[in-house]
Amino acid sequence: MVQKAKVKTWRRQLHGSLVILKKNARLYYLKPPVLIFGVLFPVFFFLAFKMGRPITAESVVPGMVTMALWFTASAVGPLVTPWERSAKTYERLISTPVSLHAVLAGDVMSGFVFGACLSVVPILLGLVLTDAYIGNVPLLIAGIVMGALNFASLGVLLAAPPASGPSNIMLLSNLVRLPLLFVSGIFMPIGQMPVWAQWIAPLSPLSYASALIHIAFGRSAFFPVWLSLLMLVLFTLAFFMMSCKFHKMWRAKGL
Amino acid sequence: MKAVIEAKRLTRKFGNFVAVDHVEFKIYQGEVFGFLGPNGAGKTTTVRMLTGVIDPTEGTATIQGHDIRKEPLLSRTHIAVVPEEANVYLDLSVWQNLMLMAELHGIARHRCLQEAERLLELLGLAERKRQKARVLSKGLRQRLMLCAALVTGPEVLFLDEPTSGLDVQSTKLIRRAVSDLNRNGLTVFLTTHNMSEAGEMCSRVAIIDKGRIVATDPPEKLRSTISSRQYVEVCFAGAVPGYNDLESIPGVSQVTVDSRTFRLYTKLPGQVVTEVVRLADREGLGITDLSNHKPSLEDVFLHFTSECKERGLQ
Repeated sequence: MVQKAKVKTWRRQLHGSLVILKKNARLYYLKPPVLIFGVLFPVFFFLAFKMGRPITAESVVPGMVTMALWFTASAVGPLVTPWERSAKTYERLISTPVSLHAVLAGDVMSGFVFGACLSVVPILLGLVLTDAYIGNVPLLIAGIVMGALNFASLGVLLAAPPASGPSNIMLLSNLVRLPLLFVSGIFMPIGQMPVWAQWIAPLSPLSYASALIHIAFGRSAFFPVWLSLLMLVLFTLAFFMMSCKFHKMWRAKGL
Repeated sequence: MKAVIEAKRLTRKFGNFVAVDHVEFKIYQGEVFGFLGPNGAGKTTTVRMLTGVIDPTEGTATIQGHDIRKEPLLSRTHIAVVPEEANVYLDLSVWQNLMLMAELHGIARHRCLQEAERLLELLGLAERKRQKARVLSKGLRQRLMLCAALVTGPEVLFLDEPTSGLDVQSTKLIRRAVSDLNRNGLTVFLTTHNMSEAGEMCSRVAIIDKGRIVATDPPEKLRSTISSRQYVEVCFAGAVPGYNDLESIPGVSQVTVDSRTFRLYTKLPGQVVTEVVRLADREGLGITDLSNHKPSLEDVFLHFTSECKERGLQ
């Protein structure tokens, strides 16, 4: 009986998360901050990195895919809660019978779907326009799925502080996202980076997603597959648990 | 009688500031319970605790028997909320807003379609069903919020200042809709500044000041508790009597004057009316208007909240 009630509660909360996902997709996927920081940013970074440098186009494809995933998956989370707070829709949302955990899980799913779907674009462009090839399809899928989940969780965590408007949180999210981009083996293999950067690289979840995607494209990586998968799982759990804690702590601030 | 909402020593502190201080009340099935208080008295904080937006620091409450701290999700399945400073999703259509709220409450789409259509009709939004909420006026958005709350089929409806700043038509529609639903058994928790709204709609009111409940009763009973604030108002034509003549009428506790109109505060209005007429006959004065006034809910409110202020000063 108790078991049945628990299953029912879980099903209701999962349904709630899916409703949140649908709402976020309708409302936020096409908002200017998501398009600018999620889609335009990686394109400009790619151009800045590639143009005028003597590197082959196929060698930048894994980095481009990782970077696109990083920016897209982590772009939705920082927008949703601050936007809902400033639009005065947040209080009603959290007084529904959907738990805060389920609301946040829905936000993570929104970033995950957005990031995973848009990462297909650089993969296809890379495969069609360059000599890049996918050496390990399951690993690429695992890298994209785990990476998108992780980056989306980070995005949701960054949305926790009670800011007066979405722009403040977008600023904070870029303060976190941009520096990590340069120490995670996207533009340069971690082994060739300065020693201080090699010390920081293991602290960035992006390093592990980058390793998985590079290996999937038949390239070498600083971290082995098993460690990358494990660290992505641990980082994702940590980000989500911290999100739940901080969002709960600050949920009534600035209503 | 079974209490739908029961607050037990409900308390909320923000640092050292006690916003809600050991509040206790019971609300019964089918009541419209008014929660009145000046700005910053703790009304919205109480509503936010009951609706799960913030946690109580001490005490708890039950909604339909479910403890808001131990079973927050179950307690929230019975309620719908129209918060004071809330808004609808502006980029969704009127219909999408309704369906979103229904889905968040776990109500299957096919089960709420008819009810949604009925509510849109009831609140005058049927023709705007496909419009984005962004193009609606403030009054229409508030009506949509009420629709979105009601489409979930709540047993308890929390309304936090539902008609504040709205046009007359929207105010009337909202009040009528809430009264109709209440007649069908809906329990309503209404916070408002509007005393006439509280007097008109509420079967019982609680007055909260500085986080504490200072009075709870039906509006009529509250009015009678301050019978000393009843008054007889008399307006004279031509010459007026002396202030002392009026003050010396037996039963008059205080006299105020505004031009030719005198206000005689008394617990015995019938006797005072008779004495005023006798005085006018005796002195050869003309009376243009003579009326007896019971204290309004506003007087009750001011009486209890100012009493608190005095206690605070002491």
